[in-house]
Order: sequence, then structure tokens, then C-alpha cells
Amino acid sequence: MAVKSLNSIRRNFSPWNDPAAKPYIQFENVTKRFGDFTAVNNLSLTIYEREFYALLGASGCGKSTLLRMLAGFDEPTSGRILLDGQDLRGVPPHKRPVNMMFQSYALFPHMSVEKNIAFGLKQDGMASADIAKRVAEMLKLVKLEPFAERKPHQLSGGQRQRVALARSVAKRPKVLLLDEPLGALDKKLREETQFELMDLQQDLGLTFVVVTHDQEEAMTMADRIAILDKGEVMQVATPPEIYEAPASRFVADFVGSVNLFEATVTQRDERMAELQAGPDLRIQTSNPGEAQHSATVNYAVRPEKIRVSSRAPEDTSVNAAEGEVFDIAYLGDVTMYNVKLDDGRVVKATVINSQRLADDPLTWGDRAWISFKPDAGIVLTR
Amino acid sequence: MNGAGWSRFNIASITAGFAFLYLPIVLLIIYSFNASRLVTVWAGFSTQWYVELWHNQALLDAAWVTLRVGLVSASAATVLGTMAALALTRYTRFRGRLLFSGMVFAPLVMPEVITGLSLLLLFVAIGIDRGIMTVTLAHITFSMCFVAVVVQSRLLTFDRSLEEAAMDLGATPVKTFFAITLPVIAPAIVSGWMLAFTLSLDDLVIASFTSGPGATTLPMKIYSQVRLGVTPEINAICTILIAIVATGVLIASVVNKRREVQRRRDEQTAQRG
Repeated sequence: MAVKSLNSIRRNFSPWNDPAAKPYIQFENVTKRFGDFTAVNNLSLTIYEREFYALLGASGCGKSTLLRMLAGFDEPTSGRILLDGQDLRGVPPHKRPVNMMFQSYALFPHMSVEKNIAFGLKQDGMASADIAKRVAEMLKLVKLEPFAERKPHQLSGGQRQRVALARSVAKRPKVLLLDEPLGALDKKLREETQFELMDLQQDLGLTFVVVTHDQEEAMTMADRIAILDKGEVMQVATPPEIYEAPASRFVADFVGSVNLFEATVTQRDERMAELQAGPDLRIQTSNPGEAQHSATVNYAVRPEKIRVSSRAPEDTSVNAAEGEVFDIAYLGDVTMYNVKLDDGRVVKATVINSQRLADDPLTWGDRAWISFKPDAGIVLTR
Repeated sequence: MNGAGWSRFNIASITAGFAFLYLPIVLLIIYSFNASRLVTVWAGFSTQWYVELWHNQALLDAAWVTLRVGLVSASAATVLGTMAALALTRYTRFRGRLLFSGMVFAPLVMPEVITGLSLLLLFVAIGIDRGIMTVTLAHITFSMCFVAVVVQSRLLTFDRSLEEAAMDLGATPVKTFFAITLPVIAPAIVSGWMLAFTLSLDDLVIASFTSGPGATTLPMKIYSQVRLGVTPEINAICTILIAIVATGVLIASVVNKRREVQRRRDEQTAQRG
């Protein structure tokens, strides 16, 4: 139920398309160097209020550095960071209206759960009656009431994660920064917690900036995802856009699995393009992107948009090729086929097992046809 | 190797090892209850030397001096040593760090005679009257580095994100230090203090160099009396010292063991819960 209501709110949430919307967090040409190493390179980002924003990238891409600069643990070498219009340069961490949930949770080992949650409130000089009330509220929120008196080492990993979360939202910060918030949890717990985090963000109306290397996590939770590589932004977009309309080969390859065909543009009009990818594969696409006539481009198509069959499609002259089944991975919900085309290229195709047992399953060494629709893939010029 | 079996060789080596370590001490304790004034001749059980200790004002004075020097120097060395350790682990890039760390840890390997002599020369040169203060200062100097080593090794494994979390939640750097850093490294600081106190208690060489009239420490007193011949009184006071140290060690290890057991039990319940 909670998820459903959440989606209806989400559908209308897109301040980044609204030119009148005021940016909430702005990175303006931020560069951060550690000695000779450039962690963040002339990067600009805009985050809106109440947005769930994910910074996604491999380790060392600079995503954690961005978060640390926002929290105030590192200062940019150049450029500036604005929060609600205020330049954050020189503002020490304890004076910033942002709170962070640390990857290691950083729970104070000598304090009980209750005291951990109350720590930030005490620093604000809140009255002790109010603190007690807020702590009780937080404990309820993360369902840890019976554990109030426990010390961190007396808790399981999942419970610690929730204490860390409660502690970081207890002060009602304007922005909550989450550094790999689910990294230390096992898969099942991670999936549950993803939805809990999303509900929490909606309920409290906070802006979340989450750093993660897990694309599923980012896709599930975020309103928008920024893909980072080597300290630079590769693309900022909503999860469906990132997946279906990646801006570059890097993004297409980084998020999910993809087949990339190098091709030459042979025809180009307003809506369509025709590509020649090798002697036997002619591609027609309705997503020509910025393809120019006779340019060399990449055609990217996701495995689940490719059909595999032992029978030839009606029209074999376009968007189809013949090959041999070369590898099969049965995953239960889907089966992944690697088909080796006659020109030697390997194409990945994923078939959803909508029937319990298929009548005529393909098997190793079978001849097979791959085919796809004109709108299945996208032309990438970068 | 079969860990359960006790071969003859094992038993022999353990017996020999313990004998080397503890036979002298056991002898000392036994002879402290000797009725005879002659240390090496057993003449029956008696506690008279312990009673006599209470009337030996010089020895009691020396014990009092030692205690005061130990308490003050251990406390001061703990503060300074902790600060040095913090500087060494936290500010890893300052100019002259290598020199600083070398200088902090040099007294660890410096022969005591040299430390003592150089301190004596310093005190003479700047004209401080030798006495309880100079001994205390000297003890601070040489025990500080031991505290620094102990605290530094704890700080190296300290999770910096704890401090960052505290600051992130609104604590000033000073508040963070006292509310988070200090409590977490407290066990190391306490062991540092105890180490410094013990070092001060049993130091003879440096105290001999830097002490003056009216500031004779217990080790100095014992040493000077032994030169005139060992008396059962000395045995008695040494037995008392051994008892104090042994009690301290025992309490510390029992507390540690208990905490360890408790922690393990907690972790098991946490896994189940």
C-alpha cells in the first residue's frame, strides 16, 4: 500500500523539468584534488528540495568525496557548493544543516541506542523532555523500541543500520546524506530496507543524497541518478531514462547489460536511421539520436529487447541475424542466451520464462535467429 | 603435535621457566616472615618486621615521596603523552613530523643513565634546587613516551568516522574530543597511566640523578640500605610492594576477562535477536 501511494506522488515530482523551480543544492564547477590525484573534476550538479538523488559510480569515481564536501569534512579545491542559496565554503561540519549516515554507521560504542539518537539533539540544546519525546518517536519509526538501552555491539547488523538512520534523521536535517546505506546488509534485508528508506523520505519530506555503487539500489530508490566516472558526471537522469536512453557507451555499459554494435550510418532522416553493422546486419532504428550520415556510431540494445528463436523472423533483411546458441544461463525468472552470430560477434538475449516449461526450448549448439524491433535500441554517438 | 598431551619435556620447561621467574621472589617473601635478623638463617615464623616497618619513619617517608612523585608524574605524563600521540596520528603531514616522532620516542631506547645525567645537568644549569619537583619532572620526561606509544597504537585503529559523525550531529571539535574520542580511547589512556605510574614507582637510576635532600624515593632508600646489608625489613617492604602490584594486575585481568565474556554473550544474543 505504502509503495502504491508513493508512486502516485512520485509521478508528479519532477522539479528538474520546471524552469521556475529553485535549486536546493548546487555544485558549481567543483574540483577536489588530493595531492596529484583529482577526485572530483570541474563538476556541476543541481539537486532539488525533497528529491531522492543518487550518486552512482564505481569505487574511486569521486562520489564519496562529493558527499564529504557537502557534509563539510572536505573543502573543494575550487568551485563552490550552495545549499538553499548559501555558500557553504568555510562552514564547519557542525554548523551545516545536513546530517550524514555513515557507511560504517559510526555508532558511538560507549553509548546506548537511546543516547546515540539523542546525541545530536543535545548538541542543539534541546530541552530534555523534548529530547526524550523525539528519541521515542525515532525508536518507533525504526522499530527499535525494545532495544533502547542496548549498546551498539549488542545489536545485529540490520538493527545497527536502523540506529544509524534514526540518529541521522533525529535532528530533522534539511538534507540527509547516505553513504552506501545498505552496503553492509544481506540481500533480503537490503530489499526491504530500500522501501523503508523511500517511505521515510516521503514521510519526513527530506532531501536525500545517497552514494552507492549498487545500480539496483539507485534505480529502485532514486528520483534521479547521477552517473559518475573519474570525478566527472556522465549523465544525470531518472532511472528509466538512464536505462532506456543512456547518453554514452559508458553509461549504457555501466547500468545493466547491453549489446553494442559498431555501425556506419547509411541513411538518416528526421525520425529514422539505417545503420550497417557488419556485412550481414542491417539495422533500422527509430531512435537515431545525434547520428550523422556516414558517421561511425554504436547501436545499443538491451538483452531483454532481443528475441531469440529457432525460426527465422518474417523479414530477415533488417534487425535480424542468424547464429548459434553458445551459452545458456537459466536463472529461474529469466533465461540468458549468448548467441554467436555467423560473423563471430556474440549477442546477449534475455528471455522471460512466462511459461513454466517451454515446448521447444533452445539448447546448446542450436541454430537460432536473433531479432529486434526498430525502437528496441538506441544510437550512441559518444 | 597433540595439544592435550603433557610430555615430560613440557613439564620440565614450564617448571624451569617458573622457577627462574618466581623462585627469587618466593624466597624474598618467605624470608620476610623470618624471626631471625640474619637474612639467610631461618629461625621460625614471625611478622615482627612488618610491625617494625611502621616505626621506620625514614622508610615511610620514602614511600610517601614515591607515591606523590608517581601520582603527579604519571598524571602529567598521561596528559602530555596523549597529546603527543594525538598530534602524531592526526596531523600526519606537518613539517618535522619525523623529527618530532623520533624525539618523542627516543627516551624509550635512551640509556637511563644518560637521561638522568642530562636532566641533572639541565637542572643545575638553570638553577633549580633538586628535590621532589625535579624527580617528578624527570619522571614525566621519561614516562611520557611510554604513554604516547600505548595511546598511539589505540588511535591508529580508531574509526575517524566516529568523530565525523559527532561533528556532523552538531558537536564542536572540542566537545567531540571530550564526548567521543576520550571515552573511546580511555582504556588505553588508563593503561598508559598505570604504566607510567609503575615506571615511576620502580625507577632508581633517574631518581638518583635528579633527586635532592629530603626527596629520597623508596627504591633509592632500599638500595642504600641494602648496601649496608639486607635486613628482613627490606624483605617485608618488598613483599608489600609485590602484594600491591599483584593485586592490581589480578583485578585488571579479572575485570578484562569479565568484560570479554559479557561482550561475547552480548554479541551472541545480538545475532539471534
